[in-house]
Amino acid sequence: MEYEPVIGLEVHVQLETRTKVFCGCLTDFGAEPNTQVCPVCLGFPGSLPVLNKTALEYSIKVGLALNCAIQGFTKFDRKHYYYPDLPKNIQISQYDLPIAKDGYLDIGVNGQTKRIGIRRAHLEEDAGKLIHRGNASLVDYNRTGQPLLEIVSEPDISAPEEAYEYLTDLKSVVEYLDVSDCDMEKGSLRCDANISVRPRGTKELGTKSEIKNLNSFKAVRDALQYEINRHLELKAAGEQIVQETRLWDEKETKTLSMRSKEEAKDYRYFPEPDLPPFTIDKSRIGEIRKTIPELPKEKMRRFMKDYGLTLYDARLLVISKNTSLYAEERLKAFPSKDKKPVANWLIGPMAQEANSRNKELADIPVSPAALNEIIGLVESGQISNLAAKTVLTEMIDSGKNAGTIVREKNLVQISDESALATEMEAVIKENPKVVGDFKAGKENSIMFLVGQVMKRTKGKANPKIVRDMLKRRLTDA
Amino acid sequence: MALSKETVRYVADLSRIELRPEELEELSRQLEAILEFIDQLDKADIAGVEPTSHVAGLANVMRDDVPVSSLPVEKTLANAPHKEGGYFVVPKVIE
Ligand SMILES: [Zn+2]
Repeated sequence: MEYEPVIGLEVHVQLETRTKVFCGCLTDFGAEPNTQVCPVCLGFPGSLPVLNKTALEYSIKVGLALNCAIQGFTKFDRKHYYYPDLPKNIQISQYDLPIAKDGYLDIGVNGQTKRIGIRRAHLEEDAGKLIHRGNASLVDYNRTGQPLLEIVSEPDISAPEEAYEYLTDLKSVVEYLDVSDCDMEKGSLRCDANISVRPRGTKELGTKSEIKNLNSFKAVRDALQYEINRHLELKAAGEQIVQETRLWDEKETKTLSMRSKEEAKDYRYFPEPDLPPFTIDKSRIGEIRKTIPELPKEKMRRFMKDYGLTLYDARLLVISKNTSLYAEERLKAFPSKDKKPVANWLIGPMAQEANSRNKELADIPVSPAALNEIIGLVESGQISNLAAKTVLTEMIDSGKNAGTIVREKNLVQISDESALATEMEAVIKENPKVVGDFKAGKENSIMFLVGQVMKRTKGKANPKIVRDMLKRRLTDA
Repeated sequence: MALSKETVRYVADLSRIELRPEELEELSRQLEAILEFIDQLDKADIAGVEPTSHVAGLANVMRDDVPVSSLPVEKTLANAPHKEGGYFVVPKVIE
């Protein structure tokens, strides 16, 4: 029988408010333990939580960006569970009336658009942090009470790769809204995954497992693939799948069973008596809607239209807000109508420089004018592509301009045939087999010879000229 | 409403409370009486009554996103039986 995976994701986004969701404690990351706590977030008797207006607005903003319906009436509920990271033994969350529901996010799957439903987005408070050591656990409640928006997808995702796309796009949208830094390393974005398999074409859901401890989008993808295989193997062996929570072990690249999770009803939700309900009127929603900037999908379409970029290029350049602003500044400043060279440089060499320096593209200090200068030098044939990369690296390291670097490093491209003839002859002599291959009709082997000439000239030879010369020389002979 | 000892034990377990057998007896009896009392609510006619989520009649009580001083850490930890380097220390728990 052929099976299909059914995947739903729960994403927790930490909203970047200055203070916590129900009290005035700061939310600064990395503060000394238990220095950002008060009677409210520690749940001392007699304290009263009061909702942070900004946290509600941010939640509505995300809900709108995810095409959700915003509830006109919303309230908070208590979720009960006993664990040392929760000083009150209750978490203030939302049960039956989440702020936002019934939305969607369109993702790209193999060049097609797929719509993933968003079941709900609700606001809740974060728990504290435990550090396990020996037989003790150390508890820091600074994170307790920080606003979390939980975004729950419909089980519309049918492959690990789709889950990866969904998360990438979701992060991108939230980041554009300026409501969270979405930094997984800091825990500002966390993801749990629900997965089951069912015979292809059937409607009923199989028994699911929930995967936790997913610390990167790659971990989500790998863990889902592992879990799908595990389910399929159990099915094939005629064994029962148990509904349970499993932990992803990054090192061993496998999931491990956790003690079975308490059933939803065991959380014993009831309306939070300390917080009166909230009404959100249409005009307020309209005001918040106006603060939503151009979102990644719209920007991508505009980049394709305004700058003639391919879908692939446009998608990479809108991935984060900073990247898109940086890219657009450079695309605009490029004097020619054909913007392809700029896109190539941004996605190719400049992205590589950013990567190798552990930085974002937007942190690479190459001004629009400086980039235009490099591209101009290549297009006019003054330097080779290879030399241009050297110029780029040097420019980032020293801040010098391209012309100076070309002079100082003697990178001017050699396009003069007479100056290249000696090197070409030497390469022909050294590689009789490749020359023979070319003559026997293997046209591609000429590229190897070109490469050798480039090497001998330390990248300064004009590869196009070298190729023409070699072709003439070897065909004539 | 009859309340089985299993249910009481289960709820105690969820709340991480250990009960001695005689406590289990006594609490089961008391909880049962409480539930019976609450069962009176079932007799009320609530047709056409909107669910109540709050009794104070208030709505939209919010605060601006403005910091207020937190507690000094000594005060926060003052009643903790075990503490170390600004942390609360509890027996090791791993889910
Ligand atoms: Zn607080």
